[in-house]
Amino acid sequence: MILPLLAWLVLALLILAIPAPFSQPYVMPAVAGVCGAAAVAVLGFLAFGAEASEIVVPVGLPGASMRLALDGLSGVFLLLLFVSAGACAVYGHGDRESLAFFPLFVAAMALALLAADGFTLLLGFEAMSLASWAAILVHHEEKASRDAALLYVGMAAFSAACLLPALILLSPAGDRIDGLGFAAMRGAAAPEGFRGVLVLVLVVLGAGSKAGLFPMHVWLPLAHPAAPSHFSALMSGAMTKVALYVMIRVLFDLYAAPPPAWWGVPVIALGAASAVLGGLRANLEGDVKAVLAASTIENVGLIAIGIGVALTARGGDLPGLAALALAGALLHAVNHGVFKTLLFLGVGAASHAGGSRAISKLGGLIHRMPVTTGCVLAGGSALAALPPSSGFASEWLLFQSVLAAPRIGGLGLQIVFAVTVALMAVAAALAASAMVRLIGVAFLGRPRTPRGAVADETDRPARAAMLGLAGVSVALGLLPGPMLRLINPALHALTGSDLAERAGLLLVTPTSVALGYCAPAVAMLVGLGFFAALLVLRRLAVRGHVRGPAWANGFAASPAWLPFGDPVTQYGGDSFAQPIRRALGGALMAALEEVDMPAPGETRAGNLAIHLADPAERYLFAPIGRLRRAISSRADAMTFLSIRATLAVMFVALVVLLVVIAWVQA
Amino acid sequence: MLAPQGFGTFAYDFSHLLGGAALVLSFTLLYQRRLAAVIHIYALQACVVGAAAAWQGFAQNAPHLYVTALIAFGAKGVLIPVALHRIVRRLDIRRQIEPALGIFPTMILGVGLVGLAIAVVLPSTRHVQAQTLAREDLALALSVVLLGMLAMITRRNALLQVVGFLSLENGLMLAAVGIEGMPLVVELSVAVLVLVAFVVFGVFFFRIRERFDSLDVRRLDPISEERR
Repeated sequence: MILPLLAWLVLALLILAIPAPFSQPYVMPAVAGVCGAAAVAVLGFLAFGAEASEIVVPVGLPGASMRLALDGLSGVFLLLLFVSAGACAVYGHGDRESLAFFPLFVAAMALALLAADGFTLLLGFEAMSLASWAAILVHHEEKASRDAALLYVGMAAFSAACLLPALILLSPAGDRIDGLGFAAMRGAAAPEGFRGVLVLVLVVLGAGSKAGLFPMHVWLPLAHPAAPSHFSALMSGAMTKVALYVMIRVLFDLYAAPPPAWWGVPVIALGAASAVLGGLRANLEGDVKAVLAASTIENVGLIAIGIGVALTARGGDLPGLAALALAGALLHAVNHGVFKTLLFLGVGAASHAGGSRAISKLGGLIHRMPVTTGCVLAGGSALAALPPSSGFASEWLLFQSVLAAPRIGGLGLQIVFAVTVALMAVAAALAASAMVRLIGVAFLGRPRTPRGAVADETDRPARAAMLGLAGVSVALGLLPGPMLRLINPALHALTGSDLAERAGLLLVTPTSVALGYCAPAVAMLVGLGFFAALLVLRRLAVRGHVRGPAWANGFAASPAWLPFGDPVTQYGGDSFAQPIRRALGGALMAALEEVDMPAPGETRAGNLAIHLADPAERYLFAPIGRLRRAISSRADAMTFLSIRATLAVMFVALVVLLVVIAWVQA
Repeated sequence: MLAPQGFGTFAYDFSHLLGGAALVLSFTLLYQRRLAAVIHIYALQACVVGAAAAWQGFAQNAPHLYVTALIAFGAKGVLIPVALHRIVRRLDIRRQIEPALGIFPTMILGVGLVGLAIAVVLPSTRHVQAQTLAREDLALALSVVLLGMLAMITRRNALLQVVGFLSLENGLMLAAVGIEGMPLVVELSVAVLVLVAFVVFGVFFFRIRERFDSLDVRRLDPISEERR
């Protein structure tokens, strides 16, 4: 019932992509309407039992039809997708330059989530990559955009190159076209031994490179700032989740048998590495959108930890724990999808109004853009996992699952989980610090540029989109129980257990030993404490307030051409990051501070240069790049061979081929 | 018409003898030090292939193979060698051949290649029991092809590279005529003849003397550097 409706809505999005290149003003409102209708439909589907269904659509490859399916798992991700996409469409109503790709992007993601066979899945997945690639290229006159787009499309091709063989390995032998249907994969015997491990490796590489998992995360902080804000919001909020959906779908559903327990360990390790590195990079980036992109790496890492724990628990035959960990992962995916979309929209509005994406050029926006700042504060508190927020609820569930995980296996696994908990705590602290830095430097304080001083609040639809998302985020924080109930069908289908009786309307009790979490009560307590502190402060404070000149760090009075004070006298993004950079940056990011101090008497300015290098770039991408250059320069030399040497090369190749044939036949 | 073409029949033995002769001539080609001798041996090989084609035309009762035989005799056995001799005289090419690899290692390599050809062809045609004739013939033909290539790369002489190519082509024709019912043999031989003629004329018109190395693209480097 719901599934054909969704299929028609996806078709409607595809049709909307036809007038979109002609900058028709009705496209974005129509996209928003379609997304809203789809979100309501999926919500109804999840609320009323989530009966899995499958339909065959008579289009597709020659000799094959597209198969679409809807079940609890895809429903959760579709709900997230349509909520964020609807808000982004409202926000981006004035978009004229990348309009053509927006409906396509949303439709491709929906197709990937609805797919019930390997071809449709990859079709949606790659169309999603290509549509967002085009959006990154909107500002193609900037070299940074072109480089980011090249890296982005390379990673997308890599993920397809990994996912296709993984799906083929899972399909039963024989009819390859029908065998790529998900039902056939579920019915087939799960590949064992090294083939099974190959499936794991390929899926983690393929889905992980799209999600932004540790060694494949380098594209996020480059690609997200290059795309228009409503695209980067959707890329960060929904697209990375589609990749995680593929990972969950393959590892929990299509791989028929419960995999060995150790399969979870590499996923956990990569997740923990992404969480810490992403959190650290979020503190060091100078571009506000790159900060959010880095924090996406961190959150994808946390979700991957949940997936890994669930995988390990499933292998260890503990369905209850697997359900708990997967619930944490799914809830965090939904929550992060909502608040990261919100943050990207808010920060996009702020950088548009403030005239720069550099954190060191923004400041004092709270006075000029109160609504935007309020929404960013709501999203930021969720990202920093402050107690009554949605981020806290899901990260708390993840922590509960990892803390309960050591009962799965022996000492080795216990050590893994102990280290993981410590790294998760570090990541959470780094995320909080990154949010304090982002909001404190870019939104509080004094303006740093004249443009920032006259920044205007965004238009009404954009504000409405942000307020709506902020409302959803707060509601998810205050009532995690109902959202968990919507996730329950997916948990039941994937792990055989669920949290039905543990997730109440107000109280969530993940394990029998731990205390429950009642978000409204916590919110009330926090609110009471806040108001008590406010009262005490008001009592103790001097009556009335006076605005005086800011202390100028011992500098002279600010000059006339800088009415808001010299920006260098304000605490900036780099100065905020310095302690963390010095404590962790040296070991993890090869941070190097280079001070260029003029000699006494010289008149030039002193300079402090900071060099950072991501370990994945240094140890993985740089060697691969060198290898590629070496191979291509070798191959280049072949064009300059004499005719005899060219013939000899061909002759040797022929002889080698014949030897191989003879050897195979022997 | 000699119907059963199995091991020990006269049809088999005679075509085997012709194929073997072509192979021996290929080996002879490898150790020649004088251009004139190389061209003579090539002409001889072409005649042997023509005889093989004629014999197969008789044994398979396939008259179109006589056309192939005629092309082999007339064009490759007579016209092309004459043309090559004229090129050597007109361009005043040095009559000695400068080897890139010594005679002895070349012969060892050649023997290895024949072994390889047999090791590849005989097992891979195992299922075609009826055509024993074709199997043995294919191994010989592949050996001739490989030896032709070897002749091309072990000599620093442009004309020898051409002759090596021509000898390779002889091997192809040997394979084509040896298989009963192979379609388009005549068309194939005509097409290959055109190709061969172009190679020979190319040598003449471009006045390639001792080496192809003068066509070395490295000389174009200054231009390509500018374009980068």
